[in-house]
Amino acid sequence: MTAEISETGIGKPARRKEDFRFITGNGHYTDDINRPHQTHASFLRSPHAHARIRSIDISDAEKAEGVLAVFTGQDIARDELGGLICGWTVTSKDGEPMKVGPHPVLALDTVRYVGDHVAMVVAETREQAEAAAELIDVDYDALPAAVSLASCQNGDAPQVHPEAPRNTCFEWELGNKAETEAAFSKAARIVSLDLENNRLIPNAMEPRAAIGEFDKGTGDYTLWTTSQNPHVARLVLSAFVGVAPEHKLRVIAPDVGGGFGSKIFIYSEETACAWASAKVGRPIKWTGNRSEAFLSDAHGRDHLSKAELALDADGKMLGLRVKTVANLGAYLSTFSAAVPTYLYGTLLSGQYDLPAIHVEVDGVYTHTAPVDAYRGAGRPEATYLIERIAETAAREIGMDPAEFRRKNFVREFPHQTPVIMNYDIGNYEASLDAALEAIDYKGFPARRAEAESRGKLRGIGFSTYIEACGLAPSAAVGSLGAGVGLWESAEVRVNPTGNIDVLTGSHSHGQGHETTFAQLVSSRLGVPLDDVEIVHGDTDKVQFGMGTYGSRSGAVGMSAISRALDKIEAKAKKIAAHLMEAAVEDIVFENGTFTVQGTDKSMAWAELSLAAYTAHGFAGSDLEPGLKEGAFYDPTNFTFPAGCHICEVEIDPDTGVTKIANFVAVDDFGTIINPMIVEGQVHGGIAQGVGQALLEHGVYDPESGQLVTGSYMDYCMPRADDLPSFRLGFTTTECPSNPLGMKGCGEAGAIASPPAIINAVTDALNIREIAMPATPARVWAALQARQPRAAAE
Amino acid sequence: MYQFNYHRPKTLDEAVKALAGADDPKLLAGGQTLIPTLKQRLAMPSDLVDIGSLTDLRYIKAEGDALTIGAGTKHADVAASADVMTHNPALARLADNIGDPAVRHMGTLGGSIANNDPAADYPGACLGLDAKIHTTKRLIEADEFFTGMFETALEDDEIIKEVTFPHPEKAAYMKFANPASRYAMVGVFVSKGPWGIRVAVTGAGQDGVFRASEMEAALEKNWSPDAVANVKISPDGLNTDMHGSAEYRAHLITVMAKRAVEAAG
Amino acid sequence: MSVVAMTVNGKSVSADVEPRTLLVTYIRDTLGLTGTHIGCDTSQCGACVVHVDGKAVKSCTMLAAQAEGAEVTTVEGLAQDGELHPVQKAFREHHGLQCGYCTPGMIMTAVDLIRRKPDLDEETVREQLEGNICRCTGYHNIVKAILAASNEMR
Ligand SMILES: Cc1cc2nc3c(=O)[nH]c(=O)nc-3n(C[C@H](O)[C@H](O)[C@H](O)COP(=O)(O)OP(=O)(O)OC[C@H]3O[C@@H](n4cnc5c(N)ncnc54)[C@H](O)[C@@H]3O)c2cc1C
Ligand code: FES
Ligand code: FES
Repeated sequence: MTAEISETGIGKPARRKEDFRFITGNGHYTDDINRPHQTHASFLRSPHAHARIRSIDISDAEKAEGVLAVFTGQDIARDELGGLICGWTVTSKDGEPMKVGPHPVLALDTVRYVGDHVAMVVAETREQAEAAAELIDVDYDALPAAVSLASCQNGDAPQVHPEAPRNTCFEWELGNKAETEAAFSKAARIVSLDLENNRLIPNAMEPRAAIGEFDKGTGDYTLWTTSQNPHVARLVLSAFVGVAPEHKLRVIAPDVGGGFGSKIFIYSEETACAWASAKVGRPIKWTGNRSEAFLSDAHGRDHLSKAELALDADGKMLGLRVKTVANLGAYLSTFSAAVPTYLYGTLLSGQYDLPAIHVEVDGVYTHTAPVDAYRGAGRPEATYLIERIAETAAREIGMDPAEFRRKNFVREFPHQTPVIMNYDIGNYEASLDAALEAIDYKGFPARRAEAESRGKLRGIGFSTYIEACGLAPSAAVGSLGAGVGLWESAEVRVNPTGNIDVLTGSHSHGQGHETTFAQLVSSRLGVPLDDVEIVHGDTDKVQFGMGTYGSRSGAVGMSAISRALDKIEAKAKKIAAHLMEAAVEDIVFENGTFTVQGTDKSMAWAELSLAAYTAHGFAGSDLEPGLKEGAFYDPTNFTFPAGCHICEVEIDPDTGVTKIANFVAVDDFGTIINPMIVEGQVHGGIAQGVGQALLEHGVYDPESGQLVTGSYMDYCMPRADDLPSFRLGFTTTECPSNPLGMKGCGEAGAIASPPAIINAVTDALNIREIAMPATPARVWAALQARQPRAAAE
Repeated sequence: MYQFNYHRPKTLDEAVKALAGADDPKLLAGGQTLIPTLKQRLAMPSDLVDIGSLTDLRYIKAEGDALTIGAGTKHADVAASADVMTHNPALARLADNIGDPAVRHMGTLGGSIANNDPAADYPGACLGLDAKIHTTKRLIEADEFFTGMFETALEDDEIIKEVTFPHPEKAAYMKFANPASRYAMVGVFVSKGPWGIRVAVTGAGQDGVFRASEMEAALEKNWSPDAVANVKISPDGLNTDMHGSAEYRAHLITVMAKRAVEAAG
Repeated sequence: MSVVAMTVNGKSVSADVEPRTLLVTYIRDTLGLTGTHIGCDTSQCGACVVHVDGKAVKSCTMLAAQAEGAEVTTVEGLAQDGELHPVQKAFREHHGLQCGYCTPGMIMTAVDLIRRKPDLDEETVREQLEGNICRCTGYHNIVKAILAASNEMR
């Protein structure tokens, strides 16, 4: 291998190819793009959580300066466009399909959350569009709203959709009820815990944006949009909404400034921009501002759960019973039904050998923004539940929480859980031990005593998590209700001069694919990293792809590339054999050179690629010219990243402020292509987990349904001084179900960290439960409740 | 943002004239409060009179027993001033803790106190240091200046010129920042000086900054952290929101007061 | 409309704009320098930080007219003669960016910070980043990059 490549090979921290454009200000995000003659859109949003629209008077807005058009839901209905869809159908335990209320692109007669889309104004400038939107006169009949998750299923709660009585979209269950009941009946001890998984607002730093453009000559639409999966957007917009047939719609997701799930979904704004661009006859640009993002990006989490764990007399887990109410918001978003069901219930076994599990989930509508996948999607909720109750159980039976976990770990693989998942491989003890060592668990009592001498409360908390990534075997998800397959595609195009374009259906919005994918290709083909270009995010370039979420890009996206490389290599060897007059079996491909075994005959990579395109020497063979191969890779199983996070906090009892004193994460992600990038993913994930545990909370006023946390003034984003530097470690078991042995790393931090932090906080406070986020005010209140007198002194 | 006319006077006199000549004008200093307000279409002034670059409002003078700071002085200037650090380090630290570095490069003393955000820091210093606020029309005592949430004694066409802060013997400011906005959820400024003892509380009160007279009395008797540690503040009239109850804020006032006395020495 | 003139990245520019035009709009839309980003509408995220007369400011919280006659530097103007600024290099070397959206503001804030406080430690860096929000990196590598750059520049 040349020195150059050995620096950037698999497992090496190659510096990112994409960075240059970002650090010099030359990225191309959607809002950086301007189309000739473009116009600007602004959306009028509902100020009410629930109201009937009696009438909409657009006449003043239409006359306002610069206004080109004003559209309402009626205009869209007149064009017979479909509504926005949920791509996953969940079936209730009584066999009924979930109850879906219509989700119009612009409201028809009812608005269902503050921020719901009422009308679209298109004007010459953004300021003009915004000013005109204020001139639209909507006559609302404001109605009471169902805001609180705890009471929205009550008989007297206001109804979000007539299709869904008691605001219940589905009542789903998973696991074995009878076995679980039996386990509980023979339990020596039952530990129960009521948990809230707080609503989060994703807040990718780039707000959503879209530009729709229609070509009158060809009838083609182009949509630039902040999307994590442009092909899925195209599919939904054509097959379901009906904006344009698939082959007449091109969706481009250029540089995207973070997603975390929120840019998977297909929203009203980009739909309307694409559709209206033909009506207006000019490109239409919309760039959301942060306030709009707070109101109308799909939110995350928001569960209320009751969990019960059955133990035998030795502390062995016998069964788990869970009842969860999951908020779906006012409408089903693109994947929302899957998140609190198949991405949640299936992970409730954690790292434990839990023979019986039964989980019931009610998915409910409320008059709040739609809730869908946010970093981790269902898996953080599952991990929070199992890891909180595990820690609580250990404390209640007086066992060390680490030892309690150790006692209950799955040790033999493959392991079939009672909730669908079949864990293929892992070594949970290895990561636990490494983490205990890294945090110096033995030294904790001394650190606690030292903190106490300074008047501080120190606590430690664990999370031995597992998650399922590499979404997902298509047949499996199909049988569970998915409307799509979750394979991935890749195409490797070797150019005549030997450099390579790789087209992938994965999308990068911070994950560094342009580097890691290139590392794979470069080390496989022996070409320098700079000779590999990763092309993604454009439906006209890449044939099809399922996009990036669920930490699937490595395990699924790169596996597809690997398969395509297999084919490239096979064909290249055939060419080499033909040109060097040898048998294919005798061709060895190493470090970018083809040699005939046992001879000094060889061809360099660039020589061969040129020969593949000149094809001068192909006469008399069955070789086709060219060197380009594609592959679709459908995984055979989920992948199961797992590990152990340990957090130590220090609480100031006077103010209730929690500081993270020490945070260790040891993860098993299988094969790692680029440790620098993987560590970055973990850092970011932990930060979002710290956000959930200590800082962030999407809050609606329970009466009015107004979003209280509608800006950074009230929604507490993690800042640099809220966080420590993290200490990371890795243990490795290679994933057997994909060719590279990768498991995925994008979400682990956000999944694993919240229970570790809350376990540490409850340990420090010596209490059973505190709701997330454990803000200073809540911690202080918990201390007051614990020692109502002492605190006054 | 709505449309407005923009004026950039070269002197304070020109600014006064520009104000007088407009329908519904507003002064623009650092813009760190006014521009976000305009962006959200929450204000619709006819004219903005930009005094942000007036050098005759931007100075720090240490004269006699007091610091006199021009209303256009940026928070960063106050934080970095050797004079302020020498005579009134509590004030320098307070300024250094307002917002973030970029905000401190723009935001001004005059803008902050004219705005009188109940969660702002400078009002605590003004009240806590018995400051004198000099305007284009008169001198206003800090005790008279802050009249309620976002309310001051200023008249529409009145411009703050400078603020005089007499040197304290001892002083310190302790801020408990709102975790999200980082404005003061509770800020307590304690001081001892020619005016006696003052304890000013910002962030917590529904009507903005106020003096905690029970604490002042306790410190008169005994200037020590313990003296305030036992003074409980009534939650009546304090804010309650998702970040904390009135009871929590009341408790924080006591904690911050104690820490401030400790820091003041 | 009125003419607003300033120097941006060493070049004199001038344009006829409405008084309400923000500096960030002037930079992005009028001058086409789209490296400066907008991440919020409450002046808190710092994606828009540029230097005006050598000091970091939030260009979303300043009118273009306020910068009349000023020297403005944006992220595009940081590299000199094709040579990246040490802070830019450090962000790449230490993986201080992921999606890149907060990055220009972070870098401009960091350059200003190192100028003001040549002797930095981790705690100071974290405090001084209060006005810059990053959703991707957890700040870990941003802090590392800034400390490395400040060492390098010492
Ligand atoms: C992200 C962020 C964080 C912040 N954090 C804090 C914080 O922690 N603590 C804190 O105290 N503040 C904070 N602020 C507010 C900041 O301190 C502002 O700078 C200050 O409140 C207003 O000053 P300005 O010069 O920017 O005034 P402007 O915004 O220009 O004006 C504010 C008001 O004062 C009026 N005004 C201005 N100058 C005068 C004058 N000389 N005479 C009469 N009226 C005048 C204006 O007409 C306007 O009504 C923060 C701001 C931001 C954007
Ligand atoms: S865009 Fe300027 S601070 Fe957020
Ligand atoms: S790198 Fe994405 S927001 Fe910072």
